[in-house]
Amino acid sequence: MNARSATQPSPAVANEDGRVSDARTAAASVVDPEIRVITIDELGILRAVEEDPASGRVTVTITPTYTGCPAMDVIRADIRRALARAGHPDAEVRTVYSPPWSTDWISEGGRAKLATAGISPPAPVPTAGVVPLTLAVRCPQCGSPETEQVSRFGSTACKALWRCRSCAEPFDHLKAL
Amino acid sequence: MNGPFDFTLGLGDDALVAAQRLAEWTTRAPEMEEDIALANIALDQLGAARLLLTYAGELEGAGRDEDALAYLRDDREFRNALLVELPNGDFAVTMAKLFFLAAYQLPLYSALAGCADERLAAIGAKARKESAYHLDHGALWVKRLGDGTEESHRRMQSAVDEVWPYTHELFAADPAAPVDPATLRPAFDDTVGSVLAEATLTKPEGPWAPAGGRTGVHTEHLSYLLAEMQVLHRAHPGARW
Repeated sequence: MNARSATQPSPAVANEDGRVSDARTAAASVVDPEIRVITIDELGILRAVEEDPASGRVTVTITPTYTGCPAMDVIRADIRRALARAGHPDAEVRTVYSPPWSTDWISEGGRAKLATAGISPPAPVPTAGVVPLTLAVRCPQCGSPETEQVSRFGSTACKALWRCRSCAEPFDHLKAL
Repeated sequence: MNGPFDFTLGLGDDALVAAQRLAEWTTRAPEMEEDIALANIALDQLGAARLLLTYAGELEGAGRDEDALAYLRDDREFRNALLVELPNGDFAVTMAKLFFLAAYQLPLYSALAGCADERLAAIGAKARKESAYHLDHGALWVKRLGDGTEESHRRMQSAVDEVWPYTHELFAADPAAPVDPATLRPAFDDTVGSVLAEATLTKPEGPWAPAGGRTGVHTEHLSYLLAEMQVLHRAHPGARW
């Protein structure tokens, strides 16, 4: 399974008053509460949106970026709110841990949005070796590859703190995981 | 010892107590970046602890959830290794503890990722990626301090000497466990050997190997740690933010 499976559109369904809603679209539109420029779908943490054909009840499956991610409760609440607005007031949100999330699941569109917001997107995760090596992190402000890591841990669990040697701006870098 | 319940509880308690100790550094670390780093590592440990304790509660089948296990057990019921409950000491002691713990948790979680128990395998696969960062961070500081000034070298060597005896307990053989801790020793020794050598530090020798954490016999330090960690929940059972 990979992130692409989470982005396949599900069939639109009509709710009881005849309005067409799409549970997947609703769930996919929820933004990450700590990186508000990117949706949970683009971040790759939305794993599945399923509707019980008989009852119409929606089950959303998500996975955390980091085990201790404190944003999970807010994300669950936001998903339930978005689905309620789309006509699914009794949606269930499940959390799975396997397979573990990887920064490789962040979509191309998501990477572009991160860069626009001043957060340098992660490099691809190397297949061999346990400690990911970061190659040429580019400054999201001026594009220079002349950057250095200030701290491998940043403002949230998924980010590291970097600095650009060309334009002197500090910036967040999403760690390859 | 030792069914899957005791094993899972022990790992969950390691992560929980390590998280609580690391969180004590918040607002007190030598520099702001380090403050954030230690809080992040604490958060990772807490995340692993929640998954492990939740699963331990299910294995036990007595209706205890993660909160019941974290907040409503007394010191003698905790199964963490003594290493994680030791006081933080100076920054070098904290880094020695962090480095040794990560050098154990990384091969442990990696082995768990391939074990037959699906839940433990999922937790291992998730946590090992985070452990790799912890190990990297701890090793960096051990090298920086060990191969630094005369004073930083003296303190780092003293920290390694102080903490080292407590590492042996982590590898007590338990062939019935989902992963036998004794099998993790070669990977740990490799990592520790190369990092200490690069840090110009001497690997301690000696037979002293305090143990007892896995059977609930702890140092007095754990009791104080738990008193602080549990007081709110015990004073206001079921309290929520």
